[in-house]
Amino acid sequence: MIRVQLEDFDINEELEKLTFENHKIGGLTSFIGLVRDIADSNQIVSMTLEHYPGMTEKQLKKIEAIANRKWDLEATLIIHRYGRLELGDRIVMVACASSHRESAFEACHFLMDWLKTKAPFWKLEETSSGEQWVEAKVSDDLARERWEN
Amino acid sequence: MKLLYFAWIRTQLGISEETIVLPEAVSDVQTLVGWLINRDENFKNTFLEHSLIQVAVNQEYVEFDCPVKSGDEVAFFPPVTGG
Repeated sequence: MIRVQLEDFDINEELEKLTFENHKIGGLTSFIGLVRDIADSNQIVSMTLEHYPGMTEKQLKKIEAIANRKWDLEATLIIHRYGRLELGDRIVMVACASSHRESAFEACHFLMDWLKTKAPFWKLEETSSGEQWVEAKVSDDLARERWEN
Repeated sequence: MKLLYFAWIRTQLGISEETIVLPEAVSDVQTLVGWLINRDENFKNTFLEHSLIQVAVNQEYVEFDCPVKSGDEVAFFPPVTGG
């Protein structure tokens, strides 16, 4: 399941819904991304996420389908927020449930690496020295490419 | 044809979207960019200053040689920074 939303989410509630009454699940992994305090030695005040409505949902569904083809998963969840977020706020949540832990760990890592470089979001940071758009990192592309085999 | 602009491309151009009548000379993304650059100095500066601009046609990532036709949704944006 994928969701793109302004509002925050409850981690426990999401994980409980994802695994509810599915007793084939033996392992559940999750990753939560938060707004951090420092970027390029600048103090972050807030972060505003812009996205491409329509394409975002399309790309997230596509990424989720790829993960489900590559690994034997019982359930997957991607929640990505947009709008203005403050320090410590949750930005993204990915969760993967499987019979065995390896699939759950790997698929979760894969989904995050893909999100970084394929989900059409852009981050505008408000820092102590003004506003700046976050630049894409080559290391994120390399992180995604290692899954392409 | 609907054109969409995101992030610093949007702020630099001062618009987030527009609808245009597909010019005859435009057959793919590259010729569309050429037409936009000729139309408007602001587009020229934005597009020529940056080689990293990415494009999506009908919400799928494509290269600049992708064909476009009337009714398509074409979006220009910087490399994405999700997650």
